[in-house]
Amino acid sequence: MPTIRVNGENREIPEGTTVEGLVSTLESEGLALDRRAIAVEVNRDIVPRSTYAAHPLEDADLVEIMTIVGGG
Amino acid sequence: MRTPETLTPDPLSIGGRTFRSRLFVGTGKYKDPETMVAALDASGCEVVTVAIRRVDWKSGDDPVMGHLDRERYTILPNTAGCFEADDAVRVARLSRELGLGDWVKLEVLGDRRTLLPDPVGTLEACRTLVGEGFTVLAYTSDDPVMALRLQEAGATSVMPAGSPIGSGQGVLNPNNLRIILETLEVPVIIDAGVGTASDVAIAMELGAEGVLLNTGIAGADDPVRMAHAMRHALEAGYFAHRAGRIPRRLYATASSPTRGVLGE
Repeated sequence: MPTIRVNGENREIPEGTTVEGLVSTLESEGLALDRRAIAVEVNRDIVPRSTYAAHPLEDADLVEIMTIVGGG
Repeated sequence: MRTPETLTPDPLSIGGRTFRSRLFVGTGKYKDPETMVAALDASGCEVVTVAIRRVDWKSGDDPVMGHLDRERYTILPNTAGCFEADDAVRVARLSRELGLGDWVKLEVLGDRRTLLPDPVGTLEACRTLVGEGFTVLAYTSDDPVMALRLQEAGATSVMPAGSPIGSGQGVLNPNNLRIILETLEVPVIIDAGVGTASDVAIAMELGAEGVLLNTGIAGADDPVRMAHAMRHALEAGYFAHRAGRIPRRLYATASSPTRGVLGE
């Protein structure tokens, strides 16, 4: 199985998983994730929300899932 | 002539937008969202800063956006915590993807202990972001040459630090800030280091267009009272700057008539 890195942690994914698939999986795991409040980067490039399903993930991809928090 | 009751600061125009309040307030480090909302309200601010971070799966995220009225507040995302120009550019792009628009408070830091800005990285990121259509409000040290370079690079506002972030040391080098204020044409917002209300007044008395602060309010024992104080200090400094202060003199000059004193 391909292994990707999501927010600094390794994660195995089924072959052919897309960004959409990853986000859905994270949601189904009951993790604190609000897909309306995230932005996704793969290998340092933004993956626009509208293209999640069209973006397959590959072994060793670096995925960052970011959100807005309080700050100065 | 306007009476004192109707005297209010002129609106601040910056990046094509106009704000009645010249105080920009951060949303970090409040003990709870209710305190943050009440403090922002008491400060009178219309621009609030936020940060962009990895989603925290385990403990859940700071629900800051759920507490901010987007009609009332302009959201200014920062690139805080970035130590490389590339990372700051990525964060700005992420904030745009998150629906926060093209405004960004650019921060590229050079040292973890002092959190002082990295001038080389800041300038590089500023150029890139301006080229990508961002409205860049650039956090920098109080170096007048660096401030000028950021203006030349297309920064919409230059934001020199009064003193290190969160240090509460106020304005450490008023002379450098004076030079920056005299030299630059873009609005100068004093950012960072504010510890209490008088620091805001001093920044405004120097002629700053505004002040950005976070810890000075969020870290106070009573953030709502401190926010109120900051708001009034800003107005005090704004008017004092425009009123034209008396020169400093080494010796006294009497305020009461010197003639006709008893027993002359």
